Amino acid sequence: MGKDPAYKDWEDKELASSLDRFPERKDKFTNHGGEEVPRLAVPESIDEEYLDRSGFPGRYPYTRGVQPTMYRGRLWTMRQYAGFSTASESNLRYRYLLEQGTTGLSIAFDLPTQIGYDSDHKMAEGEVGKVGVAIDSLADMEMLFDQIPLDKVSTSMTINSPAAILLAMYVAVAEKQGVAPDKLKGTIQNDILKEYVARGTYIFPPRPSLRLITDIFKWCTDNTPSFNTISISGYHIREAGSTAAQEVAFTLANGITYVQAALDAGLELDNFARRLSFFFNASSDLLEEVAKFRAARRLWARIMKERFKAKKPSSLMLRFHTQTAGYTLTAQQIDNNIVRVALQALSAVLGGTQSLHTNSRDEALSLPTEESVRTALRTQQVIAHESGVANTVDPLGGSYLIEELTDRIEAHANDLIEKIDSAGGVVSAIEDGFIQRQIENSAYEYQQEIERGERIIVGVNEFQTDEQTKPPLLRVDPDVENDQVKRLKELRERRDMKEVERSLKELSECARGSSNLMPAILDAVRTYATLGEICLVLREVFGEYRG
Amino acid sequence: MTDRKKHRVLIGKPGLDGHDRGAKFIARALRDAGFEVVYTGIRRTPEEIAAAAVQEDVSVVGLSSLSGAHLRLFPEVVKALAAAGAGDIPVLGGGVIPDEDIEQLRKEGIREVFTPGTPLERIIAAFRNACEEARGSL
Repeated sequence: MGKDPAYKDWEDKELASSLDRFPERKDKFTNHGGEEVPRLAVPESIDEEYLDRSGFPGRYPYTRGVQPTMYRGRLWTMRQYAGFSTASESNLRYRYLLEQGTTGLSIAFDLPTQIGYDSDHKMAEGEVGKVGVAIDSLADMEMLFDQIPLDKVSTSMTINSPAAILLAMYVAVAEKQGVAPDKLKGTIQNDILKEYVARGTYIFPPRPSLRLITDIFKWCTDNTPSFNTISISGYHIREAGSTAAQEVAFTLANGITYVQAALDAGLELDNFARRLSFFFNASSDLLEEVAKFRAARRLWARIMKERFKAKKPSSLMLRFHTQTAGYTLTAQQIDNNIVRVALQALSAVLGGTQSLHTNSRDEALSLPTEESVRTALRTQQVIAHESGVANTVDPLGGSYLIEELTDRIEAHANDLIEKIDSAGGVVSAIEDGFIQRQIENSAYEYQQEIERGERIIVGVNEFQTDEQTKPPLLRVDPDVENDQVKRLKELRERRDMKEVERSLKELSECARGSSNLMPAILDAVRTYATLGEICLVLREVFGEYRG
Repeated sequence: MTDRKKHRVLIGKPGLDGHDRGAKFIARALRDAGFEVVYTGIRRTPEEIAAAAVQEDVSVVGLSSLSGAHLRLFPEVVKALAAAGAGDIPVLGGGVIPDEDIEQLRKEGIREVFTPGTPLERIIAAFRNACEEARGSL
């Protein structure tokens, strides 16, 4: 080892340059006996086939990871998705998480915010502050990030249809803190296509939605170069019931659609491609999941290189966030969920994730309590600091089974992508229902296996116990909705209505034309126009999608 | 026009919650068990669900919610059915629903509530019983 010319070449180039920029966390990574753990184990003889299928971490086709040293350089970002009720309550939870050692924020918005309704809209009734924080205007966003320096944290926002508006609010809050846009780090989900097939928070039809997305790509390239402009998400596709291979296929097919839309809008591939990020599910079949992450990385690198002719290495790298699988959590014997989450999180780390959210044990019952969230975070810390898997790159690479599963998932996903291509692309495949049917069929089959007892879920269809004690649950105070509506009403009274109306009128004109929507949205946000008002303007111009 | 031997039911998703894996599974499983099933799709108002139930002439309405809005939305559907002159249609519910909310929902007219992990056969039996009772009372 080390004598091989290909290995030497990698050491001299990618590895040397990486070590130069990011020194490893320790001088020596050792096992319990004090013996050194190799940075990267490789086969005795490195042949063409190895280079084509696996290669080296940080080098095409990136099967073994996107960075040469992976977690020896820096651990993954431990990013716990959180947010509930009001901006001030959520602000306290974020500050608590930061104190506990979480290294990135991840904002959950309530459904009215995600679907572009203000808290006092008829459709918002009963949903305000339930699954995330309610944001009606810049005033709420200021409260949400109170005393959190936006140049120090990276913030991920799970927001899709109104992503441009929330991003604009984030930029505006940063301005008030004296932080320039180019200092901002984070991610907006901004992935509308999976909403039509899996997650359901769409507002506008696909085509104007794609325009909003490419406008964001363009504006961010010029203004917030360190912000990930999209998180192309397989997570929800898997939650809706897809298989592992379908998750990869539909996610990358959506990725292809966004890249094509951006190219059609005149953007330069190598300028925006490195700001694309991905988001996958870590489910319970540990080995298949590890293979899935590796297959996704390789397939995306090939797509970017062969289909789109990307030149820069950073354009070829699939970087991803992972969340453990919510759908595998059980309402029975909830402590078992801690074990499920640990195995799932391990698969994500063995698969080379860049950031990770671990679900809490009580999430099949309600939003998690603070104590459960802490255990979920500790699970990641145990994997990071005790398990030893972070000491070496791609620990399972070269396993006969893992390599075969990686090949199979890649091949299966590639077939599905070709089917979508020949059906005229993702938008047509959504309109035709092809993708939805595929997911539904897989979901039905999975659930029937459980019903028939062919698939054992511990504590549900086997090994049941009579549970007497009920765990404490987090409940959102029902007054949250009234308080939020009251604050919104006060805001409507104190802002400068003339300014609000002017900015909304300009936004409407902009939407009817073809210039970039971001400056007009930013302007409207600064006048304290509400999310619902801005979305209403866009609804009038773009129309609404009805599933 | 409809085959009177077949039970006809509606599965509805009130509110803004987009998680319909469970709703779709139940709809399909009921179909496989011989029911005629109308699924509303996601993001429907209680009024839209009630109107669909009346128009489709169903015997039972099943509701699903995973966003925590069940205490507000399920009773709203019961009220909307009554307002549409269809207060006799029994309503069943399912989703991520804490045990302590079940009693409250029953009081407000939800006949049965199913939480995660409920065996499918129990759910199908509940729909069948509700359909048969509804038919008996005609």
